[in-house]
Amino acid sequence: MLDHFTAPTRRDLLRVIGKVGGGAALYQTMTVLGHAAESHFTGPPQLTGARPGASVLVIGAGLAGMLAAYELTKAGYKVQILELQGRAGGRNMTLRGGDTVNELGSVQKVGFAPGNYLNPGPWRIPYHHRTVLHYCKELGVALEPFMQSNHNAFIHRKTAFGGKPQRYRDLTIDFKGHVSELLGKALNAGALDAAVTPEDKARLLEAMRSWGVLDKNMTYGKSEKVGEQRGWERPPGGGVNGAPIPNDPFGLSETLDSKIWDQLGFFAEHAMQTSMFQAKGGMDRIGKAFQARVGKTIRFNTRITKIAQDEKGVTASWTDAITGAAGETKADWMVCTIPASILGQIDVQIADTKKAALKALPYGNSVKIGLEMKRRFWETEDAIYGGSSFTDQAIGLVSYPGHGCFSDGPAVLLGAYPFGVGAYVLAGMTPERRIQAALDQGAVFHPAHYKAEFSNGASLAWSRMPWILGCCATWTEESRAAHYQNLVSMDGRIVLAGEHCSYYGCWQEGALLSSLDAITRLHQRALAG
Amino acid sequence: MLSGTLSLAVALAQASPGFAQDRPSNGESAVEVSAEGREIYEQICQSCHMADAKGCGVPGAMFPALADNPRLADKDYGSIILLKGRGGMPWFAGMLTRPQIAAVLNYVRGHFNKYQDTVTVADLDRITTANPPVPDCNCGH
Repeated sequence: MLDHFTAPTRRDLLRVIGKVGGGAALYQTMTVLGHAAESHFTGPPQLTGARPGASVLVIGAGLAGMLAAYELTKAGYKVQILELQGRAGGRNMTLRGGDTVNELGSVQKVGFAPGNYLNPGPWRIPYHHRTVLHYCKELGVALEPFMQSNHNAFIHRKTAFGGKPQRYRDLTIDFKGHVSELLGKALNAGALDAAVTPEDKARLLEAMRSWGVLDKNMTYGKSEKVGEQRGWERPPGGGVNGAPIPNDPFGLSETLDSKIWDQLGFFAEHAMQTSMFQAKGGMDRIGKAFQARVGKTIRFNTRITKIAQDEKGVTASWTDAITGAAGETKADWMVCTIPASILGQIDVQIADTKKAALKALPYGNSVKIGLEMKRRFWETEDAIYGGSSFTDQAIGLVSYPGHGCFSDGPAVLLGAYPFGVGAYVLAGMTPERRIQAALDQGAVFHPAHYKAEFSNGASLAWSRMPWILGCCATWTEESRAAHYQNLVSMDGRIVLAGEHCSYYGCWQEGALLSSLDAITRLHQRALAG
Repeated sequence: MLSGTLSLAVALAQASPGFAQDRPSNGESAVEVSAEGREIYEQICQSCHMADAKGCGVPGAMFPALADNPRLADKDYGSIILLKGRGGMPWFAGMLTRPQIAAVLNYVRGHFNKYQDTVTVADLDRITTANPPVPDCNCGH
């Protein structure tokens, strides 16, 4: 019997299980095989056999909407997309020199040099976001590594080390060393004898000595062994002065001041682990690749004013945002990807439970600021190649471009990326004041060069984007329990999709998974009805 | 005047607004929100409702005006929305203290409107206890 498991390929096997047991069995099997634990994605949907002439109206040309249009067209539906903006991609976007940022209350012209860019929305793709990765491959979008972490970048907290940034490497190694020493002391004092067996106690002591780089007395401190992790006062060299000189670790208390565990915990998260990727040349390559497939079906500058449905079909009423002309578009079915922050303000014929879900779904805010510097001083002066330096100031972080390392000429830093209070503070400023704040705060990491090498900057505050009025949906355990199923359920001839209709909020993966789930259910309903 | 416990609440309520979502990092912000109503408005509220409190956007996609807003005559109206959120607007119970919520409401009701009665922390406590439903609003007007 086991022989049968070696004969078919894994894919063959999964196809058989999927046919016999349905999607749930398939997913369960893939999880057992260690295949799908990271994402629900089991391959593109095999939607076939749409009823002749059946039509779907897709509202919104973001990733969720364009994926829906792409797959439904393949399945045989007549598809039309209505999009409010004059561009496709939604939050998948990239700012380059010559672009215009139209916020509520301000207009910016982006002045970056050719080749430089800022991804104001999504900017990184975890290795297990299989849906995004699949469609990048299918649509020919080139990906490259995204430098997710950098041991040589900085951590800054206003109340730690007198406000002086320290290297992530030094803090993580000192934290590990001090904690190891303390656990060793507790073990040796017998404080944990009730909790561990003698054998485990011996192994833990060995682990602490080795992992924490403790000396023979089980203490953590300056030594060549520690230097091999922490770096050197004088690094190993050649010739007469080749012997390295280790440097002084920080004490326990000042190490704790840095709260370095915040970053350690952050990078330990599944969605933040390496490998990480980005679209080569800018994240909008993904939106543009979808647009290349479904662009002919998009009607741009189309503002939805009302959505109605009856037993025969759906009707979207709209006005043209340029000409002011009013119109209607009808279809058999609808996939609506309008963000909840907007959809909740539109007259939509959906169940009261769905309306209640929209009203209970606030949007978080975020701001990204791109700062073009005349040269890569963080590389030449500080040996920082990609990754991020973190701060508890409003900007949240400074992130260094991982692409184009060692190149001459100007480069664009991500000079701010906060959620929460920092995002509100920066979003409420004029674009000019945002840049000044980003320079003032980011200079803490590179005081000699940050302002001197600054060339120009651009920012995007998501609360000021007129087509979404926020960054992404904020669910809580309580609101999920009360409203999530009501939001994603098919309502007559209408189904909603987008990151707000997923458990992968704020990620492109969530938008795409939501879309695939929505169109699969829509297709089943269309064939049944 | 941001206490340690408050800024922790900020981290829990706002810095990590979603399950495993993309964000800069973990940990609390050291940004201090003022105790003074006008400054709180400038730090937080004007990011959406604009510096003149006249709101923005177009019908169907807008932030409502807070200036000259008759709904704010009922002093509980703004309090409930700040405590519980409504539609796309998040609750601010985790980001602002009760004295800060009262201060900014009094600024908005007194400076951008002409309502002279005062919202107190006791009012906010009363609303929390009574737990009224979030009122429907004519957000487009």
